[in-house]
Amino acid sequence: MQQEEQIWQWLEEVSDPEIPVLTVVDLGVIRAVEYLDEHWRISITPTYSGCPAMNEIEANILEKLKQEGIDDAQVKMVLSPAWTTDWMTEKGKQKLQDYGIAPPEGSSADKSVLFGEAKKVTCPHCKSRDTELISQFGSTACKSLYKCHDCKEPFDYFKCL
Amino acid sequence: MNKELLEYTLRLGDNALILGQRLAEWCGHGPILEQDIALSNIALDHLGQARMLLNYAAEQQGEGFTEDKVAFFRDVFEYHNLLILELENGDWGKTICRQFLFDTFNYFLYTDLLQSKDETIRSVAQKAIKEISYHAQWSAEWLIRLGDGTEESHTRVQSSLNDLWEWTGEMLTPDAVDDAMLEAGIGADLNSIKERWHQKVDQILELAKLEKPSGEWMQSGGKQGDHTEYLGFVLAEMQHIPRMHPEAKW
Ligand SMILES: [Zn+2]
Repeated sequence: MQQEEQIWQWLEEVSDPEIPVLTVVDLGVIRAVEYLDEHWRISITPTYSGCPAMNEIEANILEKLKQEGIDDAQVKMVLSPAWTTDWMTEKGKQKLQDYGIAPPEGSSADKSVLFGEAKKVTCPHCKSRDTELISQFGSTACKSLYKCHDCKEPFDYFKCL
Repeated sequence: MNKELLEYTLRLGDNALILGQRLAEWCGHGPILEQDIALSNIALDHLGQARMLLNYAAEQQGEGFTEDKVAFFRDVFEYHNLLILELENGDWGKTICRQFLFDTFNYFLYTDLLQSKDETIRSVAQKAIKEISYHAQWSAEWLIRLGDGTEESHTRVQSSLNDLWEWTGEMLTPDAVDDAMLEAGIGADLNSIKERWHQKVDQILELAKLEKPSGEWMQSGGKQGDHTEYLGFVLAEMQHIPRMHPEAKW
């Protein structure tokens, strides 16, 4: 199906409203692109339950498809299976790193989060491992705040989920 | 329509909505910037969970119902949240203390709901459990920091713990709706959660050098719709705009 591939390519041009270097495809929130009952349907899944960017992502997808001549596409929100940081593409992780946000490290299956030790994260600026968690909750729901003891810079870490 | 399932869904959704609304009051008033942001993020997680659940409650009721209608056009006696969540925030220590007592419960509850036979509740649990894990870790760490902190922080948080204790019974005590949902394989077993909750609470209180209150008399009624006077004020603030301008759109 040629047009399906074309739509995926267009979606690669829709960026995340909060982390504009990432596209919605990098982020891994696009669950399916299907042609059903004479409409294109894009299924997306929320990153965080309360992510305020989801409505905007939906609007941006519809806007992009409209620009490309598809007026009657639908966006459907699906909850299951739940999004995890494993869904983020490798390309997406590299872009985050280049942008100055430490990408999620390790698998989302890591259960140490509950009453456990804070995770050691690599500084995206100088690559030092000598970093410290400042706050579990950073500038947006999906990030924690760290500081680096070597280059002394603070940085965001995209939490493993 | 299954009345018990609807009430169970509303209980889960109202817990998230009312706690989210209470925590949002801290926005701009946190003791330090990082923690102000942390609580706002936690409030947002609860609000997101509430939206998924109240949307499901609206679906169950059929045509004419939406998540907004369910949130903004029900009165106090139609709300099914736990009483502890509608109480005033108090000082930072009291907010942390309530958060710890509830987060610990919520963590075990949603862990069990991962096995729910109801597809939507199971999906919401899969989405929410990791967020709830972060909340539980954060509030336990803060309780330890305050309990094992200065004399002032210790005294204040111990007194909050004593005050809040009688509001914890309700979350761990099953009623007819809980029994029906457990039987149907949809809901969690509160008796089993109660055991795990006490274990975890004992462990964290010991680290926090806090004394577990011994009172056995417990408040109840929130799950069934009998609320304290505080809920009216929470709803008034949350609902007045959509009620004044019912058709308003952003
Ligand atoms: Zn560094």
